[in-house]
Amino acid sequence: MSVNINELIRRIDGEVLTKADQLEQIKISDGYVSDLLSDVMGNAKEHQVWITIMKHLNVIAVAALANMSCVCFANNVSPDQAVIDKANEEGICLIKSPFSTFEIAGNLYQLLHKG
Amino acid sequence: MAVYCNISEDAQQKYEHFTKEKPNPEMSIEYKVGHKDFVNSGKASSEIKLMLKRLGVNPEILRKVAVASYEAEINVTAHSLGGDIICDIYLDCVHIKFIDNGPGIKNLEKALEPGWSTADDLVREMGFGAGLGLPNIKKNADVMHIESAENQSTILQIIVFY
Repeated sequence: MSVNINELIRRIDGEVLTKADQLEQIKISDGYVSDLLSDVMGNAKEHQVWITIMKHLNVIAVAALANMSCVCFANNVSPDQAVIDKANEEGICLIKSPFSTFEIAGNLYQLLHKG
Repeated sequence: MAVYCNISEDAQQKYEHFTKEKPNPEMSIEYKVGHKDFVNSGKASSEIKLMLKRLGVNPEILRKVAVASYEAEINVTAHSLGGDIICDIYLDCVHIKFIDNGPGIKNLEKALEPGWSTADDLVREMGFGAGLGLPNIKKNADVMHIESAENQSTILQIIVFY
């Protein structure tokens, strides 16, 4: 089961921080929640949405190295413009949401495992 | 001097062949890593990944190289006084050597234990310092070789076969 990233964005009142022209092409089939970069590198898989409250530039480096296409910041965490620029450069979609990591993960889980 | 070496089962034969043949690298690149320079740390690893991608290396192998190399690069940034990365690209593998300027690892056996870390607050604020760096390198590299001692350089070498 995979869904378009737009479906998640709608459910979590998400705001897209990066260039939005590629959104239609981003399909998600899973998610990973972590604020430890080495844990993400060791365990995250391609095409997962990474839900985090970390907003340092290293987040983009890790997402790029692990081939993740989307990072979702919880609790309205807003990264600096330099982080957004780097994400655009790497082709990684950044979203921020007022929801907590728990709520975002719950919404994504429901989306992917209906019924 | 403490030495640790891990060779994945699948890579035993390839590694034996590699050490016997001692081929010349197709390409060799060097990078500098600055002490606590978290802004630039990771650049070498992403350049290495991009180069291998252009050479047509498959995405799963790219991910393994990128993760192992990035963890090692972060280790040099976070724990050492800075150092050098030498990346040798061969027809069937990549060999990356990380040589820092000390101060060395006091207890290598401990450092290899998942969850054990000497990271300071700055490193932890950056999202690192969970004690998973060396275990991640071991998990992703086909060959991992590390030598270190207190007040000396640490030399970490990784090889990933395509």
